[in-house]
Amino acid sequence: MSVRVGVVVFPGTNCELDVQYAIEQLGAQTELLWHGEDTTRGVDAVVVPGGFAHGDYLRTGAIARFSPVMHAVGEHARAGGPTVGICNGFQVLCEAHLLPGALQKNAGLKFLCADAQLRVETTSTALTSRAKVGDVLTIPINHFEGNYVCDEFTLAEMQETERIVFRYVDNPNGSLDDIAGICNAEGNVVGLMPHPERASDVLLGSDDGVVLLKSLVAAATGRATLLV
Amino acid sequence: MPVFEAHVEVTHLPGIADPAGATVERALPALGYTNVAQVHIGKTIRLTVDAPDAEAARAQVNEMCERLLANPVIEAYEVVIT
Repeated sequence: MSVRVGVVVFPGTNCELDVQYAIEQLGAQTELLWHGEDTTRGVDAVVVPGGFAHGDYLRTGAIARFSPVMHAVGEHARAGGPTVGICNGFQVLCEAHLLPGALQKNAGLKFLCADAQLRVETTSTALTSRAKVGDVLTIPINHFEGNYVCDEFTLAEMQETERIVFRYVDNPNGSLDDIAGICNAEGNVVGLMPHPERASDVLLGSDDGVVLLKSLVAAATGRATLLV
Repeated sequence: MPVFEAHVEVTHLPGIADPAGATVERALPALGYTNVAQVHIGKTIRLTVDAPDAEAARAQVNEMCERLLANPVIEAYEVVIT
């Protein structure tokens, strides 16, 4: 039985092929999920990849969250399905209220295209189960609106329940509490600004993203087995 | 049904960083304006809406703000109906 990972595509998404490539080299099957169809086709995990869905018009992810596919993604996520939002995908998940908070313009008002060092803060998530707490991973960032913000109560709750998944070692964008990625209470929905698919091969400069994608494939495998 | 014009202003919530506003505030002294403070950059959305009366128009535009036009996590909005 082959594990299937769905990769959502909105008009303006541009990272779907890289995500497919990086996941397929780990042995899972992938398929694209077009934004206009309210279905996840029964995949075992969903990735909402990076890019500029709807041109980032109005606000990043603001329009994408209302696409038909997001209804199905919401159902998949609420049923415990592994769901990962990368960069623009993280922004979409926040706008869709599958994750709390919001992503704002970088504090330095510069578009950042650089390697970032991320510290893994918890392994109780669909994206970090194969990593170790304290691991420092080198993973590229590529964003203008990566500055995570939420209210103090949400921040306190996430800190207390270990829902902050990654912190920047050297905060590049002013994110609250150096947050680079978070998860929901159950740990099956994870959003992060850095691109693990761009750190999936030493030829790319780092393969530190592989442990994260392997965790996702493991979570998808677990789900496929569960639902058989 | 009458047509109403709505003018929506979306701004950052107080306490939320506004780097664009801060940048403009820092740039103005270089042009000779040293007496300016509290610069905030927001966005304006104008639209028309068919509604039975101004109250109904306002209620609908408020709802549109809550759902799409603004993100209440980080933004505040003001609606003017004419």
